[in-house]
Amino acid sequence: MKIAFTASGDGWEAKIDPRFGRTDYILVYDEDTETLSCTDNRDIQQVAHGAGPKTSQLIFDLAPDILITGNGPGGNAAAILSQMNLKIYVGAGGMSIREAYQAYQNNQLKEGV
Amino acid sequence: MRIAIASGKGGTGKTTLAVNLALKLAENHSTALLDLDVEEPNSGIFLSGQDVQNLRAVRMVPQWDQKSCSLCGKCPTHCRYNAVIRLGDYIMVLPELCHSCYACSELCPDNALPMQEQSLGQIRHLRSGNLDFVESRLDIGLEQASPLIGQALDYADSHFENHKYQILDSPPGTSCAMISATKTADYAILISEPTPFGLYDLSLAVETMRHLEIDFGVVVNRWGIGNSDILDYLDKEHITLLAKIPHNREIAKSYSQGEILYQSFPEVDQAICMIIRHLEGIA
Repeated sequence: MKIAFTASGDGWEAKIDPRFGRTDYILVYDEDTETLSCTDNRDIQQVAHGAGPKTSQLIFDLAPDILITGNGPGGNAAAILSQMNLKIYVGAGGMSIREAYQAYQNNQLKEGV
Repeated sequence: MRIAIASGKGGTGKTTLAVNLALKLAENHSTALLDLDVEEPNSGIFLSGQDVQNLRAVRMVPQWDQKSCSLCGKCPTHCRYNAVIRLGDYIMVLPELCHSCYACSELCPDNALPMQEQSLGQIRHLRSGNLDFVESRLDIGLEQASPLIGQALDYADSHFENHKYQILDSPPGTSCAMISATKTADYAILISEPTPFGLYDLSLAVETMRHLEIDFGVVVNRWGIGNSDILDYLDKEHITLLAKIPHNREIAKSYSQGEILYQSFPEVDQAICMIIRHLEGIA
């Protein structure tokens, strides 16, 4: 399984970015290879309109099976993400990536948008 | 002369002032009142009259034609609003983000994004005594106010170009909708109330008018509540105080019954007359 996190930094100790569209980074943990990779999304600060769709496009390209985020995507982003074969878990705002991953494994995160 | 009635804060008396000013002007001059607060137009509550025209407003948005599409992937790169997204072999259009610029449609080598009409709202022109009144009303659920505001102003350009006054009842705030409603005005009247909230939002509206380079003056409504910081601010910023309308429970009551105020309240009539004198001075 590939698990994507919206993150405000790189690495397991970084915090979950509670924002979806305007998240600074997307981290993807590949459970098969046990590697954590980081994609810089900070260019999104320059985007005035449609940050949610643009980050959704990035999620599509990264093709994770799971997305873990904080507040959850907005309407436009949710409409796009629903086209993908993706499970979304919300409410991880404030946790580190490690804590969020553990919370997901322990079924402590809320599914849905 | 096109005069926008605007405010940073909502509920400070834009509609009250716009309706009363327009009716008073219409006593002696050709005047049109445009309600551009398209998400919640309510000038019409105070006016009745004969329908002149009732138009359906539309805007153009692209629609993906899957059969013609070669999936070249160019369309998302043309859209600066991210309204066109490519998900593998699927092109998704997000109409609420589309600004109808036609770029994706015109630049598509396969003509696979033809522009289609989407209902936007209604533009209704009434004749109420001597006053031409235009109400623009956005369809429920739509997010973008500016295209309809633009069309209502186009309507005014083609129908009221010889009118002496066009009064624009603008949306509150200082975002796209308010800017669309005020940017073609020759003069703006900012109406606020003497409270910290009113003053703060007024200062945002002042900055907006300065940025748009629109001459403006301020009306202080509900004078007597809050404090007098707003007058100090106007003084310091060298802004014209056009009039003060005193806070009066009877005015509020009359307003809530949909009545025209300047006919019953001399203090409102006096404020309106002071504003008109100022407008005549700058015309």
